[in-house]
Amino acid sequence: MASTNLTEQYYDLHEHAHPDGYSTTLGFWIYLMSDCLIFGMLFATFAVLGGNYAGGPAPKDLFELPLVAVNTSLLLFSSITYGFAMIAMQNGSKKGLIGWLILTLCFGLGFLSIELYEFHNLIEEGAGPQRSAFLSAFFTLVGTHGLHVTFGSIWLVTLLFQVGKHGLTEANKRRLSCLSLFWHFLDVVWIGVFTFVYLMGVLR
Amino acid sequence: MIPTHSHWTPLLGRLGPDAIPTEPIVLATFAAVTLGGIALVGALTYFRLWSYLWKEWFTSVDHKKIGIMYMVLGLVMFLRGFADAIMIRSQQALGFGGSDGYLNSHHFDQVFTAHGVIMIFFVAMPFVTGLMNYVVPLQIGARDVSFPFLNNFSFWMTAGGAVLVMLSLFVGEFARTGWLAYPPLSELAYSPDVGVDYYVWSLQVAGVGTTLSGVNLIATIIKLRAPGMGLMKMPVFTWTALVTNILIVAVFPVLTVVLALLGLDRVFHTNFFTNDFGGSPMLYVNLIWIWGHPEVYILVLPVFGVYSEIVSTFCSKRLFGYTSMVYATCVIGILSYSVWLHHFFTMGSGASVNSFFGITTMVISIPTGAKLFNWLFTMFRGRIRFELPMMWTVAFMLTFTIGGMTGVMMAVPAADFVLHNSVFLIAHFHNVIIGGVVWGVFAAINYWWPKAFGFKLNEFWGKVSFWCWVPGFWIAFTPLYMLGFMGVTRRMRVFDASFDAMRIYYWVALFGALLIAAGIGAMLVQFAVSIWKREEYKDESGDIWGGRTLEWATSSPPPEYNFAFTPKVHDIDAWADMKAKGVARPVDGFQDIYMPQGTWAGIVLAGLSTVCGFALIWQVWWLAVVMLVGIVGTAIFHTFNYNRTFYIKADHVAEVEAARTAQLAALEKGAA
Repeated sequence: MASTNLTEQYYDLHEHAHPDGYSTTLGFWIYLMSDCLIFGMLFATFAVLGGNYAGGPAPKDLFELPLVAVNTSLLLFSSITYGFAMIAMQNGSKKGLIGWLILTLCFGLGFLSIELYEFHNLIEEGAGPQRSAFLSAFFTLVGTHGLHVTFGSIWLVTLLFQVGKHGLTEANKRRLSCLSLFWHFLDVVWIGVFTFVYLMGVLR
Repeated sequence: MIPTHSHWTPLLGRLGPDAIPTEPIVLATFAAVTLGGIALVGALTYFRLWSYLWKEWFTSVDHKKIGIMYMVLGLVMFLRGFADAIMIRSQQALGFGGSDGYLNSHHFDQVFTAHGVIMIFFVAMPFVTGLMNYVVPLQIGARDVSFPFLNNFSFWMTAGGAVLVMLSLFVGEFARTGWLAYPPLSELAYSPDVGVDYYVWSLQVAGVGTTLSGVNLIATIIKLRAPGMGLMKMPVFTWTALVTNILIVAVFPVLTVVLALLGLDRVFHTNFFTNDFGGSPMLYVNLIWIWGHPEVYILVLPVFGVYSEIVSTFCSKRLFGYTSMVYATCVIGILSYSVWLHHFFTMGSGASVNSFFGITTMVISIPTGAKLFNWLFTMFRGRIRFELPMMWTVAFMLTFTIGGMTGVMMAVPAADFVLHNSVFLIAHFHNVIIGGVVWGVFAAINYWWPKAFGFKLNEFWGKVSFWCWVPGFWIAFTPLYMLGFMGVTRRMRVFDASFDAMRIYYWVALFGALLIAAGIGAMLVQFAVSIWKREEYKDESGDIWGGRTLEWATSSPPPEYNFAFTPKVHDIDAWADMKAKGVARPVDGFQDIYMPQGTWAGIVLAGLSTVCGFALIWQVWWLAVVMLVGIVGTAIFHTFNYNRTFYIKADHVAEVEAARTAQLAALEKGAA
C-alpha cells in the first residue's frame, strides 16, 4: 500500500493539461522586452550621433513641432481607442470591438501618413538619411517605429478578419491582448521619440 | 534611393557570371559538394525517405527531434569550420621564406572570417541550443516547450543562415573583414563586394531564430516546470539554460540593430559607421561587443551546466554547493554586460575607463572560480567513474583554468596594449572556447546520446578521439601563446625573412591541428561504429549512468510525450530522490495526453526568409519584395489554422507504457 501512496506522492496521476496559450502572455512580454532593446539601441545610437550634423541641417532647421504634435496626439488617441476596444471585448460586444478597432486603425494610418509626409519633405529639402550621421540616426529610429506601427496595422486588419470569421474565441481574445500590449508599447516608445528626438532636438 | 552598381540589372541585381568563383580550390570544393549533394538527394529519393523526413523531422514540433536537428546542423558546420581552420594553419606554416603559400589573400581573408563566423554562430550556437532544446523540457518534467511551432521556426531560421554562409562559398564571396566585420573596412567604400552582405544577412536570418528560441526557452522554464519544482530545485543545467536564454534575449537585439545599421550604411549610404559625414566606426565596435561579450557567456554557461550534471552523476553524489552554483551563474550573467570594453582597451578611452573595465573583467573570474571549486569539492571523496563524459570534464577543468588565467592577463589594460590583436589572444579564446564549450558539447553528446537514441557510444573510439583532441589542442595553441609574446599579430598570411626563426612554431601548431583532425575523425568513427553495433550497446534501463535528474526517469529514447504521468518534485535531483525512496512507476490509469501538432509553416517561413536574405545580398529588389510579401502572407495564413493540437489517446499511451513495463521487468529478471 505504501508504495501506491508514494507513487501518488511522486506522480501527478490526475493531471490537467495546461490550457492553450498558457505561456503566451509571458512569452509576448519577453519578446516585447527584446524589441524594447532594439529601440534602446537606436536611442543610444541617436544619443551618440545626434549632434553630428556634418555641416548639414540641425533639428532646429528641420522639425515642425506643430505637425509632430498632431502626429503624437493621433497615436495617443489610437491607444485610448484600443483601450475602448479591449473594454468592448471584455463586455463581449463584437460590434463595439470591431468599431473601436477600425477607429484605432484610422488613427494609426493617419499617424503613418503624416510621418511619410514629414520624411518626404525632409528628403525634398536635401535632409535625407545620407546627409549626416544625425539624419541617419533620426530616420532609422523614427522609421523603425513607423515600421512597427505598419506591422501593427497589418496585424490589426488580420485580427479584424479573425474576429469577423470566428468571433470572440479564447484564441482571438489572446491575440487581441497581445496586439494591445504591442500597440501601447509603441505608444510608450513614441513618447520617448517625441521628447528625446523632437523636443530636446529643437532645444539643442 | 536605390544604389546602382556598374553591373546591376533590375532582374538579377548584382548577380552575374562573375559571381561564380574561379579559384581552383573553391571550384574543386564546389564540385565535391555538388556531387555529394546529388548523391545524398539520390539516396534519399531511392530509399523513399523524403516523406519520412518531412513528416517526422522537418515539420516536427517535438523538442527532442528539433534538438537533434540542431546537433546535426552543428556537426555539419563544425566540419566546414574545421576545414577552414586546417587551411589557415597550413597556409601559415607554408607562407615562410618568400613562399606565398597556397592561398591568395583574397581567399585567405575569407577563410579566417568564415572560420570565426561559422564556429561561433553555426557550430557553438546550434550545439548549445540543441542541447538546451533536447534536455531542458525533460529535466523539468514538461511534454514540450511553451511554443512548439516557434521552436521549429527558430531551428529553420538558424539553418537558413547556415545555408546562406555556405552559399557564399560558391556564389559570390564571403566577407574578408574578420569575424566581427569592423568598419570602416566593412563599409561599402572598402568592401564593395557581396561578402559583407552575406555576413550581415546570414547573421540576421539566424539571429531571428536565436532570439525567438531564447524567448521560447525562458517561457518554458518559467511556466512548464513539474509540480513541486521550485526555482531552487531546478537541475543546474536548467538553471544555466535559463540564464543563458535571458542573456540571448537581452543581447541578440543589439546584434540585430548593429548589423541592420551596417546594412543601411552599405545599401542606403547612411553614415552610421563611415569615416565622414559624422559617422563613428568606434560606435560599431562598442555596440557589437555589447553583444559579443555576453555571447561568450551564452556559449559557456550551458556547458558549465553540462559539466555540473556530469560531475554529480559520475561521482554519484549531489553537486557540492548547489546554491552557490546558481548564484555564480546569475552573477556571471549580470557581470557579463559590464566588461565589453576590454576587447578594445587600445581604443584610447583613457586610464579611468580602461581601469573600470579591467577590474570588472577580473571580478567576473571570481564566480567562475567558485564553480571550479564546486566541481572539485563534488569530486572530493566521490566515487568517480571515469567514463567518457567525466574524462572530457576533467580535461576541461585543467584546460579552461589556464585559459581563464591568460584571460585575466589580458584584462590588465597595460599588458593588453602588448597582447592586443596578437596571436596570444587567439590562443586565449581558443583555450576557453575549445577547452570549455567544444569539449563540454562532446561531454554532453557522450552523456545524453544514450538518452536520445537508446544505445551507448563506443568507448574505444571515444577514447581515441579524446587522446587526440586534448594533446592536439595543447600542441596547436601553446606555440601561439609563445608567438604572441614575441609580438606576432593575428590574421597573417605570409611572413617575411625576419620571421624565419618562428617557422617551427607554426609547424608545431599545424601538427597539433592535424592531431585534432584525427580526433574529429575518431569521433565520426565512434558515431558510425556505435550506430552499426547499436544492438550491442543498447540501454534498456533508460538510466544508463545512474542519473539524478528527471530526464533519466523516462525510457531511452523517451516517448513522444516524455512522461506518461508528470512527476512531482520534492527535492533537488528529483530522480535520485525517487530512486532512493523506491517510488514505483505507475502502470495503469493512463489519460489522454494533449500535444502540439507538427506544421509546415516553420520550414516554409524560414525558407522564404532565406531566399529573401539572398535577394537582399544581391540586391534583387523585386525578389526581396515578393519574399517579404510571401512571409507576411504565409504568417497570416498560418494564423487561420486553428488545428494545432491533438490528443494522444489513453489506449496508445497504455500500449507504449505496457511495453516499457515489460522491458523493465525483463531487465530486472535478467539482473536477478
